[in-house]
Amino acid sequence: MEITDAICSFCGSLCDDLTVKVEDNKIVDVRRACRLGAGKILGHERINSPMIRNEAGKLEEVSSDSAIDKASQILLHAKRPLLYGWASTSCEAQSKGILLGEILGAVVDSTASICHGPTTLGVQEKGLPTASLGQIKNRADLIIFWGCNPIHAHPRHMSRYSGYLRGFFLDRGRQNRKFITVDVRMTETAAISDEFLQIEQGSDYVVLSALRAIVNGKGDLVPDVVGGVSKEELVHLSDMMRSCRFGAFFFGMGLTQSKGRYKNIDCALSLTNDLNTRTKFVITPLRGHYNVTGFGQVCSWQTGFPAVDLSRGAPYYNPGEMSANDLLMRDEVDASLIVASDPAAHFPNASVRNLAKHPLIQIDPYANATTEIADVVIPTAIVGVETEGTAYRMDGLSLRLRKLVDSDYPDDEEILDKIIKKVSREGDVC
Amino acid sequence: MKCDVNIITGRTIDQGANIDNKLSSDYFNACARCEIGAEDLKTLGLSEGSHVKVSTEFGSVVVSIALCDGNRRGVAFIPMGPWANAVVNPDTHGCGMPGFKGVLGSIEPADEKPLDLKALMSLYRGDTYGDY
Repeated sequence: MEITDAICSFCGSLCDDLTVKVEDNKIVDVRRACRLGAGKILGHERINSPMIRNEAGKLEEVSSDSAIDKASQILLHAKRPLLYGWASTSCEAQSKGILLGEILGAVVDSTASICHGPTTLGVQEKGLPTASLGQIKNRADLIIFWGCNPIHAHPRHMSRYSGYLRGFFLDRGRQNRKFITVDVRMTETAAISDEFLQIEQGSDYVVLSALRAIVNGKGDLVPDVVGGVSKEELVHLSDMMRSCRFGAFFFGMGLTQSKGRYKNIDCALSLTNDLNTRTKFVITPLRGHYNVTGFGQVCSWQTGFPAVDLSRGAPYYNPGEMSANDLLMRDEVDASLIVASDPAAHFPNASVRNLAKHPLIQIDPYANATTEIADVVIPTAIVGVETEGTAYRMDGLSLRLRKLVDSDYPDDEEILDKIIKKVSREGDVC
Repeated sequence: MKCDVNIITGRTIDQGANIDNKLSSDYFNACARCEIGAEDLKTLGLSEGSHVKVSTEFGSVVVSIALCDGNRRGVAFIPMGPWANAVVNPDTHGCGMPGFKGVLGSIEPADEKPLDLKALMSLYRGDTYGDY
């Protein structure tokens, strides 16, 4: 059986044109997917059974009911539980997770806090002059990649939305478009760009500010060299930006994780606003996991914030205080539920040490670094492969992921439902 | 010989392709590495694949060294993951985001081998019952 127009549940591009070949309920081939998506759809080694860490410190296989009982007991006894992850599961599961957080009085945070969390802060300051990827595909004749390397992180982005293909108003595809890459390293994306600015690490804010000055006719204030780049190069870049018909600015962790953090985003958004006084310009963060955008949406519509502390009886949001890494650094969390992510692999070591000190429940299809420090492990079905669900593309378009094969694994939503039933008191809305 | 570096971490396609396959040797090979420019490699007097100790004020880790022509002198790139996170800055500057890029540190030749994922995690678990 061939399933056409299947959606890839790996990165925020959510490519929706895959053809998947299924024989005897096994995926045997996938076409059009990149290396990242094909690897996920064709499958990796899975966690076989629910597990609980025994007194000898070894994970021991147990029944699903035992694992859910143990997980519920841990959460019920916690004073400061953290429910973290959520980027690689469906909006429906995310919604259940936030409900669980409300019942427990927990902090609910997603992987965005160590990814595009600063982008959200920048957008809260300046707004987001953006467009759908379809608009960019059909109209953008200038593409900027700043602090990102889509050839590695979003391998089909350029061929589907931002690079080579023909658009409605761009009948010669790549020949109609100019690429500019700004990065600390000469990346593969930089190598195929028309212009490459290799800036000094941590100088993004000053380079963006210098560009703003030049775009706004204050170039005489800009010194001869900014962030390792000559003024002539910046003037040339500014000319390209001002003279394009439709510019699209994509950015990644090079801005959100470097010195300045959300202020870099603030400055990039301001530059985009400045350019809109002269031409049409849009800006879009290159979101990593396939539904990290969805978590921001779901949490915002349920609580008013893209990440939330529900311990006070009303939703509270203050990144830097209640973000997962800050809580862990202060050793404030006394139990954690990790769903569809791997903080043990992706948090700084000081945070991982504190995460490992306290009871940890993991809900995930795959064994990873977090499994090594988990006390309860509950395997699940893979959304977009073994179960359906809703996800948001990086530009905010919601898409329905399809089920490609049957699975004996329960999905995240089902497991969370069972935990919610166990920890609910009379009067809880669930 | 020691080499001072500004460390940045980030995604690579090999790291991404094995993100759901973290206990594999492919993930280890993709992430337990540090990429530096030719000048820095020459300063260290090492060839690709040699083991080095990367140290910052936040920790140290042993990884393999690799050449990346795209890196300017003094810039070291470690793919995101447990090995990179042994040396990054956990301070979020009040916005939730740790310092995954722009961490000052040094690289020197090492006699030890890089720890695999399970060994690294057993250190963090701080227990005595791990496999290591």
